[in-house]
Order: sequence, then structure tokens, then C-alpha cells
Amino acid sequence: MNSKFRVGSALALVAAAAIALTGCATGSGSSSAANAKDCKTLSTAEAAKATSAADFGGFDCLVQAAEKEGHLNVITLPPSWANYGKIIAGFQAKYPQIKINSENPDGSSQDEVDAAKADKGQSTAPDVFDIGTTVLNANPDVVTPYKVQNWDKIPANFKDPDGKWFYDYTGLISVGYDSSKIKKAPTSLQDLLGPEYKNAVAIKDSPVKANESLMDVVLASVQNGGSADDLTKGVDFFKQLKQAGNFVPTTASQATVNNGQTPVVLQWSFNNVAWGDAEQGGNPKYKSVVLPGAAVGSYYNQAVASGAADPAAARLWEEYLYTPEVQNLYLAAGAYPAMLDAMKQDGTVDKDVLAKVGDAPKDVTLLTADQASKAGTQIASLWPAAMG
Amino acid sequence: MTVVAPDAAVDRSAGAGAVQPRRRRLGWLGFTPFAVYTLVFLAVPTVLAVWSGLTDEKGTFTLANFGAYANPVILKAFGNSIVLSLATAVVSAVIGAVICVALLAVNPVGFTRVVADAAASVFAQFGGVMLAFAFVATIGTTGLLTLFLKQAFGFDINSLALDRTAGPLINQVSGMFFVYVYFSVPLMVIAFMPALVGLRPQWGEAVATLGGGRWSYWVHVGFPVLAPSFFGSMILVFAGAFSSYATASALTNTGVIIPIIMQQDLSSETLPGIAHVPGVLAIGMIVVMALVMWLYSLLQRRAARWQR
Repeated sequence: MNSKFRVGSALALVAAAAIALTGCATGSGSSSAANAKDCKTLSTAEAAKATSAADFGGFDCLVQAAEKEGHLNVITLPPSWANYGKIIAGFQAKYPQIKINSENPDGSSQDEVDAAKADKGQSTAPDVFDIGTTVLNANPDVVTPYKVQNWDKIPANFKDPDGKWFYDYTGLISVGYDSSKIKKAPTSLQDLLGPEYKNAVAIKDSPVKANESLMDVVLASVQNGGSADDLTKGVDFFKQLKQAGNFVPTTASQATVNNGQTPVVLQWSFNNVAWGDAEQGGNPKYKSVVLPGAAVGSYYNQAVASGAADPAAARLWEEYLYTPEVQNLYLAAGAYPAMLDAMKQDGTVDKDVLAKVGDAPKDVTLLTADQASKAGTQIASLWPAAMG
Repeated sequence: MTVVAPDAAVDRSAGAGAVQPRRRRLGWLGFTPFAVYTLVFLAVPTVLAVWSGLTDEKGTFTLANFGAYANPVILKAFGNSIVLSLATAVVSAVIGAVICVALLAVNPVGFTRVVADAAASVFAQFGGVMLAFAFVATIGTTGLLTLFLKQAFGFDINSLALDRTAGPLINQVSGMFFVYVYFSVPLMVIAFMPALVGLRPQWGEAVATLGGGRWSYWVHVGFPVLAPSFFGSMILVFAGAFSSYATASALTNTGVIIPIIMQQDLSSETLPGIAHVPGVLAIGMIVVMALVMWLYSLLQRRAARWQR
């Protein structure tokens, strides 16, 4: 038994060494290729204005410049959110010379902007954003234009023509439930008002703060005959939920699902999927369902920070996110990536994953920037009055 | 045992004025670290917080943020915060004082007293997410005590909640009360114990010599002497509960109390442009604390008359 194990681990060591060696070989190969093409050596200020890989003298030169910077500051990327754990690990494996600092993983989009302003000019300033539309619109100065090599594969209505922002992915609001407590999967929001959901239903943060929770209310609105323009019916639903004694006013997390405080959670499908994944510390009995009828999504935006501490690494991160490899990782988490349609056409989409996740429903409500900010204003008065 | 007790009350009154001139010249040196600490971690943040309430996003002066006080939600949250902190302070002060009196009866260097002192110091610092989790595991929906009461007596702990539709007990203000009392009682013990120890046995003997009993000792000597420390400690507990954020935010995501509303406004991604409202809420909290301190000073003036 013991010796067998030793042989096994020795083999694994050899294999790991071989992989590491080939990794080194390809790594040095690419940078020597970059040297040959004599890259433009950009100062930090110049790199901060680069709008494409070509500005560095090509992609290999961008890699070289990013490796020279040696680190990348990402912010508000929870490991269980849309597969960011694997996405960050993948970047780390691909570019081992660039150390990723992942700041404030559970923060909000506003926290991203606050950090960018507070850390301006310091080595800790965020390099890239994964940011909600409302906050981005209120703070257009924190981002700077950049177009990734796969720019054309992002649909035109998914991006700013100058490259200041571009959609990365959207989830759909789904209902997650602990199948050991809720025996029958809910088929409509009305089901959640029933007595078996007593003290069971939760959302993440308050919708007066978090975009994700605001979209829960939008879903309740469109599912109850309201619209994205007027959330009264959505708030009414949550008020009914509260009056039925079913609403738990606490911040739902993987932990509150595991310890039984919040057996039912309305949130992005990719989070509900991750929380049921035992590999990521989830409860395997936690299942989720996207309710039939109108669905609600909301694309988050990628953007390079104008005050990036590592401008080249920031741009390399964006290039990395818009590779089919990473877009498929988003998809595997249940988040629909921006390049999905193009990838379906050119065949780079992971078909097994797509079959498993299922295509996005036809009737998806996506809020325009204008609708989103109106919804935020409306919820700020309606929600506390109904739920406070 | 009472003979060896340090005489805090006497020390305090005799300490002033007896300072050596040589010591006084170097005195500022010893005071500097504390002064710098207070300046950097108390004065500067307070000024910044107040200033943020008086400016808009662009940094220009405005009084518009005070419009928040026309919002019934914020007024209700202020009410909740004050009632919660007051209830916590009164209940913790009474329980804490009873514990202190009980501790007075044991050997001051004995096992019980040492353990009680140590436990009070530790539990007074037991707060935030850990404490919230401990209570969730005890009286939460699937908490140990909740399930025990339900199975053994058919009693639903959530029926103790003031608002039956605001979710489980632990997630509403009436549930937070129990959590707050838990860390406030030990704080009261720490703050109030030295004053009790300072009661001199001779006073009791004097009352006895004059024919007074236990009751008249407490009414005419004990309570008047202890009143300033008692109410002072109570204010400390009130302030601790009033400003507590981490524990509450681990229990609720609804802006039922002011610190939670401040956090939501500071990092809202659905309604930008309200990040400066918490500044005026901070001013409101300072005003409430100032009022409480003013009431305390009235009381103390009264107590000083008793002490004459």
C-alpha cells in the first residue's frame, strides 16, 4: 500500500516536472519571439493610454510588458462567482510571473470605484473592473478605453464603441433551494408564499444596495404582471412574502445555506449553481431552477481602470477573459458570456457545457442603463417602506 | 478581604495636585502617544465624517444631505437604534451591577473572582461575525436551543419576536437585543467593578454604628457614591450598542438600524450619489451621544450634591 503510493506520487512528480518544463519552454519561446519583433517599450503613462495590443507591438509584447510589471490587482471577484476561482487560477498558471492580488472579493461595484479613488497613484490601485452599469455610468472617469483582440466577437450592443466598457457575462435570476427541506422544486414565485417556505426565503444584500438583489425584485415584477420600468408589483410580492412569514432578512451566503438559515435563495443562476457544488464547499442537495416565463438578466461590464497600477497586466487580463477558454468557464458556471453567439458560430463553444447549462431563454429582460438607474431610485423609497 | 482592596475612590480624589514639578515637565512625553492615537484614530476620522456630510460628490459645500432626516425610514432606524441601545444599556447595567455586588462577596484574589474577571474581559470583546454566528447556532432557525425548545416543549422561539412577520427572531431588532446584552453585561462588569471595590468598609461600619441597617447603607451611602460610575458605565454600554455594526450586519441585510443604513449608503451600487448621506447620519449619532452625555452631566451634578 505504502510503496504503491510512493510509486504513484513519484510518477506524479515526474509528470508535474515535465509539464513545468514544457511550460517554461513555451514561455521563454514566446518572450524570445517577442524580443525578435522588437516591442515598443512603453512607459507606465504610455501603457495607461494603450487602446489595443498593437500599441505594445503585438500580443506577445503585451505579455512581455505585463510580465515585467509582475502583478495584477483585481477587485470584488468572489471565487465562487461565475467561476472566478478557476479563472484567476487559470491566469496564474498561464502567466506565472504575474502575481494576482484579489482585493475585497465580496465588495460591491461602488466599493470598486471607492478603491480606485482612494488608492489612486498607489501600487494597490485596482487594474480592472467587473462593474455594474449604474455605478459605471455615475463614474465614467474611472475607466479608460481598450479593445481586446476578439473585439469583433462581442456583439455591437454589448460594448461601448470606443472600448470604455464591454459586457462580460450575465446570469439569470434563479431560485436555489435545499432539496432536503423543500421537497418539490418551485415552479413559480407564488409557490414561495406557501407554508412550507416559512422563514426560508432570502436574497443576498438589500436591493437598495446590491444590483443582484435589485434584479430579484425586477424578476418578481415581470413575473407578476409588472415591468422593469415600475417595480411596484415586484416589491408587493416581497411584501407578501414577508407577511406570510417566509422572508428571512439576512444576507444569504453559501454559509447560511449550509447551516440552514436560508434554505431558499433568489440570486444569479451562476451563484446558485456554485453553492450546490460540493467541490467548492457547497451543499450538494442545494439545487436551483430558472422559473418558466419571463427571465431577468443583467450584464456586468469589464473595463480597464484609468488609474491602473499595472496598465499592461490589466490589458492582458482583458485579453485573457475574452478567450474562448475563459468564456467557456463563465458558461460552465451558468453565466452566459458576451462572446457566446460568435463562439457558437465558429465552433469554439464547449458543446457539452452548453448542453448542460442550456441555451438562454428567449424572453430575457435586460435593463437599459436608464431603466437601471430609475429602478435604483424607485427601490430606495419602495423597499424600506415595505420591508423595513 | 476588603482591607486589601485598592481604594479607587480615595485615590481619585487625592491624586490631583500632588504631582511633582519635575515630573510635570516630562509629563507631556508620556501623554504624547495617547494624544497622537486619539488624534489620528478619533479626531481626524470624526472631522472627515462630518465634513463628508457637509459636501456633495464634487466636494463643494452643501446642506442637501440633511434632507435624509425627512425620510421616515431613516427616522425609524434612528428610533430603533436608540431604543435597542437604551434597552441594552439598562438591562446590561442592572445585570452587570448585580454580578459586581455578588463578586464583591468573594475573595478578590480567589479563584472565582479571577475567573470572573478574566471571563468578563474576554466576553466583552466577543463581538462581530463570530458572536452573531454563535447566536445563529443557538437561537437561529436551526439553532440548538431553538430545536430543543421546539422538540421538548413545543415552544417556537421565534414567537418572542416583536414583529411576527419580520423573519426569524435572530434576524430582527428584538433578536439583536439578546446578542447585544451578551457582550454588554461583561463590559458593564469591567467598567463598574472598580467603583464597587472602592466602597470602604468603614462607611458600612459607620452606618451600623449610627444604627442604620443594610437598606439605609445602600440608600444613603452606597447608591449616591456609586451613581456616577453606574450611569457612566451605562453610557459606555449605550455607546457600544449604538455604534455596533459588524454583529448587526451579520444578522440582517435590512436597514433597520442606523449603522446598517450608513453602510448600505456608502457602497450602494443601485443608487449612486448617496455616499455622502452617512456623513449627516454620523452627525445625528454624535448629537444623540452628546444628548446622552448632557443627561449624564445633569445626573452627576445631582450625584455630587448627594456626595457632599
